[in-house]
Amino acid sequence: MTAPLLVIDRVSKRFPLKATLADKLAARLAGRRAGGAVHAVTDVSLTVARGEVVGIVGESGCGKSTLGRIVSGIYAPTEGSITLDGQPVAKGREDHVNKLTTQVQMIHQDPFASLNPRMKVGETISEGPRTHALVPSSEVGARTRALLQQVGLEGAYADRLPHQFSGGQRQRIAIARALAMQPDLLVLDEAVASLDVSIQAQVLNLFLDLRRDLGLTALFISHDLSVVRHVCDRVAIMYLGRVVELAPADELYARPEHPYTKALFASVPTLGTGRRAFEPVQGEIPSPIDPPPGCAFHPRCPFAGPRCRAEIPRLTAAGEGRSVACHLNDGGVKAKAA
Amino acid sequence: MSAALDVQGLTTRFDTRAGTVTAVDDVSFSVDRGRIMGLVGESGSGKSVTGFSILGLIDEPGRVSDGKVMVEDTDLRSLSPERMRSMRGRKVSMVFQDPMMTLNPVLRIGDQMAMAVRVHDPMPKARALERARDALGIVGIPSPEERLAAYPHQLSGGMRQRVAIATALLHRPAVIIADEPTTALDVSIQGQILAEVRRLADETRTAIVWITHDLAVVSSLADDICVMYAGKIVERGTAEEVIGQPRHPYTRGLLDSVPGQHEPGARLPQIPGSTPQLSHLPSGCPFRNRCSRATQICATVPPFTSTGGHSALCHHPLETA
Repeated sequence: MTAPLLVIDRVSKRFPLKATLADKLAARLAGRRAGGAVHAVTDVSLTVARGEVVGIVGESGCGKSTLGRIVSGIYAPTEGSITLDGQPVAKGREDHVNKLTTQVQMIHQDPFASLNPRMKVGETISEGPRTHALVPSSEVGARTRALLQQVGLEGAYADRLPHQFSGGQRQRIAIARALAMQPDLLVLDEAVASLDVSIQAQVLNLFLDLRRDLGLTALFISHDLSVVRHVCDRVAIMYLGRVVELAPADELYARPEHPYTKALFASVPTLGTGRRAFEPVQGEIPSPIDPPPGCAFHPRCPFAGPRCRAEIPRLTAAGEGRSVACHLNDGGVKAKAA
Repeated sequence: MSAALDVQGLTTRFDTRAGTVTAVDDVSFSVDRGRIMGLVGESGSGKSVTGFSILGLIDEPGRVSDGKVMVEDTDLRSLSPERMRSMRGRKVSMVFQDPMMTLNPVLRIGDQMAMAVRVHDPMPKARALERARDALGIVGIPSPEERLAAYPHQLSGGMRQRVAIATALLHRPAVIIADEPTTALDVSIQGQILAEVRRLADETRTAIVWITHDLAVVSSLADDICVMYAGKIVERGTAEEVIGQPRHPYTRGLLDSVPGQHEPGARLPQIPGSTPQLSHLPSGCPFRNRCSRATQICATVPPFTSTGGHSALCHHPLETA
């Protein structure tokens, strides 16, 4: 097997909190250091093979967007490393950011915020290739038009401004801008979440077509389980900064293993006829500033035992390309760690 | 017994520079006590404007130009502004997508809920706080007594939305209009709130209009569904009928484009084109430019064809099995 294109190795990201004067005083009195941190991503390892689309799923605050931004080079990880195509990247932002900005392209959720409203879409699409001299300047115009056609728009739209387009069309422009860099990896962060369902279907179809034609590799970040099911090969479920389950999409959807994954699947309303009894998971997502000890899900988990409150479960192999971070799959919830 | 909410021929227009657009076009539906009606549509379909029109919350340059809004036996449109204000929050209340639109950030939850109680029912504050606490309990807020003393920023998004729903419940209104109330919430929190709302409708017999773009949510929550497109209700029926056997080609297309029910990786069936601008609607059926079943007759105004209570605004409705 060839080496994976993207290797995320034990990556963590903490955002220090700015301590207020009152916090500093209180900390001084209590004899501890002021200022906590938001544990956005903790000890995440993940690989993406060339041509593979990996879904990152979780609720708000689970760290999925932060992970996407680390992979895109927007944030440097606090710990751990990212390797793209065998080259270490994102270690320190400045060193490798050039390479990263051309090789990894990000598509954001809100196409109203991600396009410069005062820039013609042709300029938006051609700015990257021009800056990095990917295309001879004599060919820039033709290539921009070709890209617009590739995402299902007319080449002549290059001279228009973003406000002349609908949300779905703008997301196509954002995709064209990303493809213009001929990236090795796309990071899509809730790329279809703000679109109406009929438009969402159109953009997902475009993504599937492009994937087939160009052999795209992508991290597909989303909270929408049915969208992820449709476009991803493998799926990682995140909860409070950690990956709790990772499996091929077919396996995961057929048989979720982690109690959180099960709870998530049970909470999602699905198209069906007739009233359904909801069996929502109880409780709320804990704060990433002060995550619970042991397994972060234990306060909401119906199976939690003493070990879950004391020991953080490791992501361990559970057959068929699946790994799960749960003591249920790793010696039981009763025993305390030796 | 008459319906809790009966809307007949509701029409709301906006005067814009591009001319007058009809955002809500001859909308009629009714909701009985204890029923949940899902009002479904994509952005710009007029579903939210319908909700605002019912409560008389349309500002210039908009105006409700026609129709009746009967809540129990009162026509809200015939009321003076003062009388209308006495109905809002008492007989009909609204829950918005963003609970911070409802909650005052500088007042404790208890203070603002007590204020909402005493606006309509003058009583000592202690008694109003009791009622507020009971309402928080009904929507499943743990330790409601403590929450009364909290400020909105101390609560999570899901808790704030529960407070907004509890506030809407304070006067045991006949009707609650809820506009995308769970759209901004995480699925596990949404699941909790949907379960509470279903229980609420069953136990308090409140009629609920649940405005959403999310077909999956209404398919499992609502008793009845109205589908809106370009300001018109294009299909109505029970949830089973509309989701299980849609008759309008738009509803069919919308349902088909939801991923998750198709072979992974396969192209999704899609509705061509995009939602029309209200100022440039085609004549006759507003969906005909995007419809695979459209013929010449679709340039004329389509009729409501119905079988039983299930009807579609279409010249060529899909056959039901």
